[in-house]
Amino acid sequence: MVHISLSGEVLFHLGSLPVTNTLLTTWLVMLFIIVSSVLILSTYKLMPTKSQIVVESLVYGLYSMFESILGKSTSKFYPLLATLFIFIMFCNWSGLLPGVGTIGIKKSEQTLTHAYAPIAYAASETRQEPQTENNNPKTKATTHTQEDSSAKRSERPFDIPLFRAPTADLNTTLALSLIAMAMMQFWGMQMLGSLTYIGKFITFSSPINFFVGILELLSEFGKIISFAFRLFGNIFAGEVLLVIIAALIPLIAPIPFLGLEIFVGVIQALVFAMLLAVFLSLATTKAQH
Amino acid sequence: MDADSMKLLASALAIGLGAIGPGIGIGILGGKAMEAIGRNPEAEAKIRTNMILAIAFAEAIAIYALVIALIIQFV
Repeated sequence: MVHISLSGEVLFHLGSLPVTNTLLTTWLVMLFIIVSSVLILSTYKLMPTKSQIVVESLVYGLYSMFESILGKSTSKFYPLLATLFIFIMFCNWSGLLPGVGTIGIKKSEQTLTHAYAPIAYAASETRQEPQTENNNPKTKATTHTQEDSSAKRSERPFDIPLFRAPTADLNTTLALSLIAMAMMQFWGMQMLGSLTYIGKFITFSSPINFFVGILELLSEFGKIISFAFRLFGNIFAGEVLLVIIAALIPLIAPIPFLGLEIFVGVIQALVFAMLLAVFLSLATTKAQH
Repeated sequence: MDADSMKLLASALAIGLGAIGPGIGIGILGGKAMEAIGRNPEAEAKIRTNMILAIAFAEAIAIYALVIALIIQFV
């Protein structure tokens, strides 16, 4: 029975902040990006070395791609867009490294594996009371400890993995999506003026424009949800796919799926950044009439 | 039918039916992009970029269905 967890599992607590395995991997990805950037910048030569050529071509390639979408205001938005692309790409790829998801720790019985009591435990507890007539062997114990169910559900030698792809946790993708949308609203108001920008959503010039404005407002919230779930769904589904395929036919069958996941990691990062660029260019242009 | 069987059926149906629409949509997008490239091979890079963008939108709907299926199955 393979063990798949929808949310990140808590490793330890820093004060009252639960540190999940996805948060730990986020810190490691951040460390990698920051250290490699500092190292490459510190040895910046006029005649570039090989690694400097790679980084420069990456930066320039991204810039020209965003320039075709954004035009003149590319340099204003470029830091956020490129950072999102690079961070999300390395986050997605970190889920494919050997050791991520396969090295884990055992939890003592008292501590929760999730930051909150999972919904599945609560549901099965309430189901036990009306089914006292059935000879259900699972409900022998009246108290439903967490250690029992986690021992039944997984046969791994550890309880929770130490590392996990950060973008396979809805918290990370929701945070990235909220940052992107908040910056979009801020830049829209900054470049168009607050009243003009809000006038796109709430306008009383004609009934049709009023309803179009309300729909635009709703679609703004829809964009937040769609950004978060697109990235989360792709990476989490890829993770589940790799686990299931590896459980069915180990060692040979996962190879093409690992290749697919590498590709999907790049494409999802690209789509996040490009979609944000397109929305930014829409948000910072005056409304057409 | 007890709840566990319904769970399995529900999660299978959620992703199965949810992938029909986006599959057709992505097929239409790809076909139109191929036609456009065939008519104007010089604009291939622009067409490809916009096609990938539109495919991401269509695929997101299938991902929503997949997330619901996973939630039903594992939560």
